[in-house]
Amino acid sequence: MKRRSLAVKNLLRKPGRTSALVILTALLALSVFGGSVVVGSLRQGFRSLESRLGADIIVVPSSAQSKVSFQNMLLQGTNGAFYMDGKNLDRVREVAGVELAAPQVFLASLKADCCSVKIQVIGFDPETDFFVRPWIEQSYTRQLGDLDVVVGSKVESGVGEIIRIYDERCKVVGRLAATGTGLDTAVYCNLSTMKMLLTAAEEKGVSHKVSSDESDDRISAIYVKVKDGYDIGAVNSEIQGHTRKCSAVRTKSMLTDVSDSLSAISGTVATLIGAIWLLSLVILVVAFVMIANERKREFAVLRLLGTSRAMLGGMILKESALCSLAGGALGVLTASMLVFPFTTLIETRLGLPYLRPSAGTITALALAALAATVMVGSLASSWASFRLSRVDPGTVLREGN
Amino acid sequence: MILSAEQISKRYFRKSGEANHFYAVKPLNLMLRPGTVTVLCGRSGSGKTTLLHILSGLLTPTEGRVLLGETDLYSLSDKELSKLRNASIGVVPQARSVLDTLTVKENILLPSLLYGTEDRSEEAAHWMDTLHIDGLADSRASELSGGELRRTAIARTLCMHPPVILADEPTGDLDDENTQLVFGCFRKAAEEGAAVLIVSHEIDALNNADVAFRMDGGQLSTLS
Repeated sequence: MKRRSLAVKNLLRKPGRTSALVILTALLALSVFGGSVVVGSLRQGFRSLESRLGADIIVVPSSAQSKVSFQNMLLQGTNGAFYMDGKNLDRVREVAGVELAAPQVFLASLKADCCSVKIQVIGFDPETDFFVRPWIEQSYTRQLGDLDVVVGSKVESGVGEIIRIYDERCKVVGRLAATGTGLDTAVYCNLSTMKMLLTAAEEKGVSHKVSSDESDDRISAIYVKVKDGYDIGAVNSEIQGHTRKCSAVRTKSMLTDVSDSLSAISGTVATLIGAIWLLSLVILVVAFVMIANERKREFAVLRLLGTSRAMLGGMILKESALCSLAGGALGVLTASMLVFPFTTLIETRLGLPYLRPSAGTITALALAALAATVMVGSLASSWASFRLSRVDPGTVLREGN
Repeated sequence: MILSAEQISKRYFRKSGEANHFYAVKPLNLMLRPGTVTVLCGRSGSGKTTLLHILSGLLTPTEGRVLLGETDLYSLSDKELSKLRNASIGVVPQARSVLDTLTVKENILLPSLLYGTEDRSEEAAHWMDTLHIDGLADSRASELSGGELRRTAIARTLCMHPPVILADEPTGDLDDENTQLVFGCFRKAAEEGAAVLIVSHEIDALNNADVAFRMDGGQLSTLS
C-alpha cells in the first residue's frame, strides 16, 4: 500500500458512502451535459435552418396557412400538399426587385399499398432553383433524371433502392446531409417526375387540382431572392399585390419566431441547469460536512500519526475529486444514453430544428461537464477539508474516551 | 533523545464557576530520558492526558515550551511538526485509534507510508507476532475485540522505533497476560534507547517504572 492509494482505499472500503457521493455528482453531470447537448442541438438546428433558408420571401397559397402551417412543414416535416396557379410564378418574377424566383411542388404520399412510405415529396426546378439544388449538389452532382429522387437524411432508404410513390417506382440516387429540420424527412425530385407522380396520384383518386382553376400548371411555393438595394418588406408587399390567393411570408419573420422559441427553451434549460447546480452544490457541501463529522476521529488519528494539515486537506480533496470524476463519467454516460437514442422524440416534442452538434463539440461538452462536476465536488469538499484540518486531534480523541 | 517540558501549563476558559478559567496542567517541568520508562498516574480529570497531548505536539501549551533534543516543538510549522511527530514521537492514544478502512497490517504500516520511509513489513510482522495479533493481519478493525485493537495501536507505534513513546492507558482493555506482554514491549523499547512515558492506573505499571509521577488537579509530583 502507498500513501497515494489511501484515498482510493477509503473510497472502496466505504461503498455506501462513496456510492451516495457518486450518485449525487452523477446527477449534476447528467443535467449539465444533457442540457448542454439539447441546447447545442437546438442552436445547431437553428443555424442549419438559417443557412438553408437562402430565400428572402416565400410565397405560398393563402389556403396553406389554414390547411397546414408551412412553418410546421419546414420545421417538423409535417406532410402537406397545397397548390396555387402556376401563373403566379410569372407574376412574382415581374415584380421589381425580384432577382430569383424558384417554384416548388409538394405532394404527400399515402400510408397505403401504393406507397412504400408516407412521406413528403418536394419537386423543384433544377434550372431556376437556388434553395434545394446547392444542398443536393453536396451529395449528388449529376442531373436528376425522371423518377430519380434524392432523400433526406431521415428517410430510411439507401442509395440504389426503389421507393414506390403512387405505384411509380422512384430510384434513390442520393442522400442529403442532415439539417435538423423537416427537410430531412422529405424526398426531392425534378418537376417532370413530380408531374408523373401527381398524375399517378390522381389516378388513385387523390386530387391535387387548384380549387377554382382546372389548370394543370400548379405549384406549391415560390422561393424569392430579392436584389441587393431593394427593401425586402416593400418587395414582399408588392408580391402580395401582384399575386392571387397567395401569401408572401418573409423568412426573417419565420426565423424570428423560431429564434424566440429557441431563446425561451434555452433560457429554461439554462435556469434548470443553474438550479440543479446550486442545489447539488448545497447538497454536496452538506454531505461532505456530515461525512467530515463522521470521520473526525479518523482524521484526528491521521494527524496523531504525523499527517500535516496540508496532507490531510489534499487527501480529502483527492477523495472528493475521485468521487466527482466517477460521478461525472457516470452522469455523462447516462445523459448520452438518454439524449442520443431519443433525438427524434426530443425533436418532435420541442417542434424546433434540432441537429446534433459534431463529435468534437459533444466531446468538448462532455469534458466541460466533467470538469464542472469535479470543480463543484472539490469546492463542496474544500469547506469540510478546511474545517477538518483545523480540528484539534487531542480534543477529538479525548471525546471518544 | 530527551523530551523535556519547561514550565509548561495549560489553562482553559470556562463560562460558569467562580473563576473564568482553570488550569488543566499547572506550570511544571518534566524530562523523559532515553532508556527510561516513566509512569504517570493520577485520578480521572487530573490532567494526565492533557499533559501527554502537550508533550506529543498535539496541544499547544498556554505557557512554556517542549523540547525534543534542541528542537522546540511549538516553534515549528505544522508541516515540520507533523513530520517530526511521525518520525520521533510515537503516541498510543487512550481512545480507539485503529482506522476502519484498513486492515491490521495496513494500520501498523500506515505511519511509515505517510512520508514514504523504508519498508517496515518485517518489523510489522515481528510486532504482530510479539503482540499475538499475527493471525489478524488481514482483518479489518470492525472484526477486532477491544484488546486486539489496543495491541494493534501499540504495534503501530513500536513498528516505527520512535525515540519517544507516549502511551495513554495502553493496557486499559487488556487482560493480565497481555498487560504484562505490553509492559514487556515498552521495557524492551526503552532498553533499545527510547524514552517511554506510560499514563496508567495499573499498579503493574508502577512496578515497571524507572521513574514515577503522580498528577492531581493539574499538579505534578514525584512518586518515590
